[in-house]
Amino acid sequence: MANKKRNTILFILLGLGLIVLFLINISFGSVTIPFKEVFSSLTGGQATKSTWEYIIINYRLPKAITAVLVGMGLSIGGLLMQTLFRNPLAGPDVLGLSSGASLSVAFTILGASFMPSFLSTVLLSSYGLVFASTFGSFVVLIAVLLVSQRLRDTMAILIMGLMFSSFTNSFVNILTYFSSAEQLQKFTFWSLGNLGNLSWSSIGMLFVSVMIGLLLGLFSVKPLNALLLGENYARSLGLNFKRTRLVILFATSILTGSITAFAGPIAFIGLAVPHIAKLLFQTSNHFVLFWCTLLLGAAIMLICDVASQMPGMEVTLPINAITSLIGAPVVIWLLVKKRKMMN
Amino acid sequence: MIKTILHTDNLTTGYKSKAGETVIAKNLNLKLSTSKLTTLIGANGIGKSTLLRTITGIQKPLAGNVYLSGKKVTDYEPLELAQNLSVVLTEKLPPSNLTVFELVALGRQPYTNWIGTLTEEDIRKVHEAMELTQISHLSSKKHYEISDGQLQKVLVARALAQDTNLIILDEPTTHLDLVHKVSLFKLLKKLTHETEKCILFSTHDVDLAIQLSDEMIVMTPEKVVQNEPCNLISDGTFNTIFKDENIFFDAERGKFIIQ
Repeated sequence: MANKKRNTILFILLGLGLIVLFLINISFGSVTIPFKEVFSSLTGGQATKSTWEYIIINYRLPKAITAVLVGMGLSIGGLLMQTLFRNPLAGPDVLGLSSGASLSVAFTILGASFMPSFLSTVLLSSYGLVFASTFGSFVVLIAVLLVSQRLRDTMAILIMGLMFSSFTNSFVNILTYFSSAEQLQKFTFWSLGNLGNLSWSSIGMLFVSVMIGLLLGLFSVKPLNALLLGENYARSLGLNFKRTRLVILFATSILTGSITAFAGPIAFIGLAVPHIAKLLFQTSNHFVLFWCTLLLGAAIMLICDVASQMPGMEVTLPINAITSLIGAPVVIWLLVKKRKMMN
Repeated sequence: MIKTILHTDNLTTGYKSKAGETVIAKNLNLKLSTSKLTTLIGANGIGKSTLLRTITGIQKPLAGNVYLSGKKVTDYEPLELAQNLSVVLTEKLPPSNLTVFELVALGRQPYTNWIGTLTEEDIRKVHEAMELTQISHLSSKKHYEISDGQLQKVLVARALAQDTNLIILDEPTTHLDLVHKVSLFKLLKKLTHETEKCILFSTHDVDLAIQLSDEMIVMTPEKVVQNEPCNLISDGTFNTIFKDENIFFDAERGKFIIQ
């Protein structure tokens, strides 16, 4: 059981790494706040400068928590989808929920000029966008769940999601073609993702949704392990496949839907993190995978956020660009390294 | 003592569609008992898989019933059925990092708690299954690192770990060479006698099946017969399996001859 020992060490390292990254994340930004100050501020003490404390409590801490929630949620969503569809390229966005959210937000931003001014002001506020994207994901969620009850073939759900994404993307393209530069910019900003700007009450809502999704995911650990043998074997082991599929789809939907609503469509995390977890822990046991994907997801999202802040500089890069920039090479590197180990 | 594990009562298998019913086999009265290795043979497309699907409760019978331990197979809850019936399928396993031990241990799922924790008894049963199938030395290998013959044994071990009276295997010998076919046949035979399990499997290796099985179910276009191999030879059933005048069954030598 040398493996078990290795896993325990990895878990401890991951846990510690996550705490350190959390502090680093809060410390770095356009204003660098020393670690000691971050620590005392978080533990209820006084920071040397009151502005630092203000920044930490009202800006950095919510952003770091959002990053953790987003990373955890999307990664677990990806893990669930990859096992359910037995497809390594599946991610939480395959169900088309982010596309649904995009379409709905595009309509809101790009169509706002056709509405009475008071309505467009309401709709274009940050809450309006959250509402629009929740609505969009929710409509797709209902469609996915309804269709999944009728389809016997799980792969068909995957293909349906992909088709739906292409469909919405072209629809969004048409909308952007006819919109003004200002509207276009607003939509582009949304679509690049944003972890900041969430009020504490929004974070509360995000927290509850993500927790529901994660708990459902945790309860799916045993069925997911059975699914490693394929649907038919899983059934022969006493699995109620339709119910399991429904629970897994619902969990992923609520994770992706809520995260897209509050932070925009964040790419790559859901696809890459489960792969990194599998390669790191060399296991398919979902009980192990669940926790390490959870921790890794949060850690990687925090790293991406630090990178997007460009410590010491004035500019902030869009988070969506960073997740892909960091994620893609990491996955390629791991795959190549694994190939070497096998030979 | 020999007990009947599964029997069918005037079972008709087939498919229901909007256009009507497609009957595949009619009025089947089969009986599977403990400590018996039964093979199911017949030409491609004759309905072996449909019969197996119906017996295992995946597909509903068009008429008649299948009784497993005295209860209709379609009346079982999924979990209860999993504790009474295990299967080895033809389909390939999806890619994963499962080790042999983990794969066999998945057979314990019908007995484990909500998160699948293995108790000491579960682990004992897994080891027992691996010893019976002689795969203990592969325990920590990944399932894609072993040969097809070994993998087939691992899948049998997984079914054993599920601790059911009845094990059904769908063409388990298909991709194996002669040596591994024979060793799998012998393993199944040994298991039925040592563990008093009832094993049913479909195969195309008729001559091996004749030599090693206790009973055979032969599906021909006209009828479905269940009997001991020697009786089936003497009544000429094997000659009716293939509708091809170039193949005939040599009763003396107990195998098919090509003219």
